[in-house]
Amino acid sequence: MEFLLQLYADQTRWSTLPPDQAHAEMGAYAAYTQALHDAGVFVAGERLAPPSSAASVRVSADGKASVVDGPYPETKEQLGGYYVIDVADHDAAVSWAARCPGASHGTVEVRPIMAVPTAA
Amino acid sequence: MNSRPAAYAVAERAARESYGKLLAYLAARSGNIDAAQDALADAFTSALERWPLDGVPRTPDAWLLVSARHRLFDRHRRDVRAERLHGALAAAARDAQRDFERAGEIGDERLAFMFACTAAAIAPEMRAPLMLQLVLGLDAARIASAFLIAPAAMSQRLVRAKRKIAAAGTPLPRVSPDDLSARIDAVLAAVYAAFSAGWSDPAGVDPRVSGLAVEALWLGRLVADIVPDDPETLGLLALMLHADARRAARRDSTGAYVPLAEQNTRLWNAAQIDEAESLLRRAARARRPGRFQLEAAIQSAYAEYRFGREPAWNAIVALYDGLLRIAGSPVVALNRAVAVGRLRGAPAGLLALDDVAVRSDLRDYQPYWAARADLLAATGARAEAYRAFERAAGLSVDPAVRGYLLGCARRLGTAQPSAPSSASEGKSPG
Repeated sequence: MEFLLQLYADQTRWSTLPPDQAHAEMGAYAAYTQALHDAGVFVAGERLAPPSSAASVRVSADGKASVVDGPYPETKEQLGGYYVIDVADHDAAVSWAARCPGASHGTVEVRPIMAVPTAA
Repeated sequence: MNSRPAAYAVAERAARESYGKLLAYLAARSGNIDAAQDALADAFTSALERWPLDGVPRTPDAWLLVSARHRLFDRHRRDVRAERLHGALAAAARDAQRDFERAGEIGDERLAFMFACTAAAIAPEMRAPLMLQLVLGLDAARIASAFLIAPAAMSQRLVRAKRKIAAAGTPLPRVSPDDLSARIDAVLAAVYAAFSAGWSDPAGVDPRVSGLAVEALWLGRLVADIVPDDPETLGLLALMLHADARRAARRDSTGAYVPLAEQNTRLWNAAQIDEAESLLRRAARARRPGRFQLEAAIQSAYAEYRFGREPAWNAIVALYDGLLRIAGSPVVALNRAVAVGRLRGAPAGLLALDDVAVRSDLRDYQPYWAARADLLAATGARAEAYRAFERAAGLSVDPAVRGYLLGCARRLGTAQPSAPSSASEGKSPG
């Protein structure tokens, strides 16, 4: 069963982190990612560029598009990265989320990915 | 200065004490746990609100009972269906009232309730959560967090488990004295599971994270009050007290993780350790050794650090050997391998560890990699040790433990391997 782990955190925090702490944190993510690989549950995972680089797009019912700078919605904790993991069940996904360094300085949201029946 | 929190702690303790007693009483007589929980819920909540401010009432049981009965009868008037549902419960409440008027207290059926929570029909991993909810009144969300389970899933499982207790029939099991020690083992295992929730799990973090150590100690004391002569009950209490006594020493002033061998033993809770030691001596008089007495004895051996002495590793290995014979598990075998490493050297420890890994799947078990990393570092296999430390860090839930393990890896990359430390502390009540 595939799950999306969304890593939410205060994205301004990263830029204010002293270099040695930032380095330690990268090490923590590297170790976590490696552990996901070693456990055979890693499907995908990336770190995202800062929310300031985001653009949010909407198209209304009458076809009018609006594009605004920044993420939607604007909150203190922003999506900063994600993992997709393939594990046996929801409990296992939650326990992997707890191990994610992002859970120690933000929130990791665990969501099952809906299985789409594959066409024959 | 902290009179509010202190008053709250006293009130909470009294409220939980009464809650568990009343719930057990009402459920046993009405055969309806849900309705009893329901009736007590508001009473319990208002007790937790009022008692810290007004003080604990002289008769907490009666306070809760009266408050719960009001709610019960309110409901009856409103809802005919609820009346049928709550009829037995109302009768039970009247019994409780009579009991109380006669003896000044309500019969304590919590042990029977604990037996019901640990019946064979209840899945082993649900026994501790069920006990925490029914005996102490903890809410599902808090239990869920401690066990690293989504709250919705935990609630659902609690409901199903309660249905099984109801289906098993009421009144709750009456246990004959002969049967007691066999039945009590399951209760003790559940109490220990509560103590080490989110801690002896694959992440191997310590009880600061589980946050249920206090509740588990309380349950342990409750069982010891009811069966004061059961040696395993005393052993479990001693084990938990030993592990909990080291709580303050597991972090330094910056919040960094400190492994057992490097802890400032002056931060250990001496009173708790003394209590644990005397409980263990009392247990030994029964001459009926068991799993928890052995585990407590191992913790007692570690307590030698208090006197600036290295623990007696030969005794510890012997205790683990005994433990393996009566309650073998991969965790016990892993802890034994670490002790073997200290007694006979890292290569011997690694051999013992390999043996465990062959027989059990420890691939995602943090303490396994931490122990392996320590032993590898001690044999000078730096590259392998580095990888193992990193793997352990990647499996850690506790950021302090993760930071510690990454620090160990980093030091291997730049300096001589240091003496083995017990980074694997987390897997046992270190």
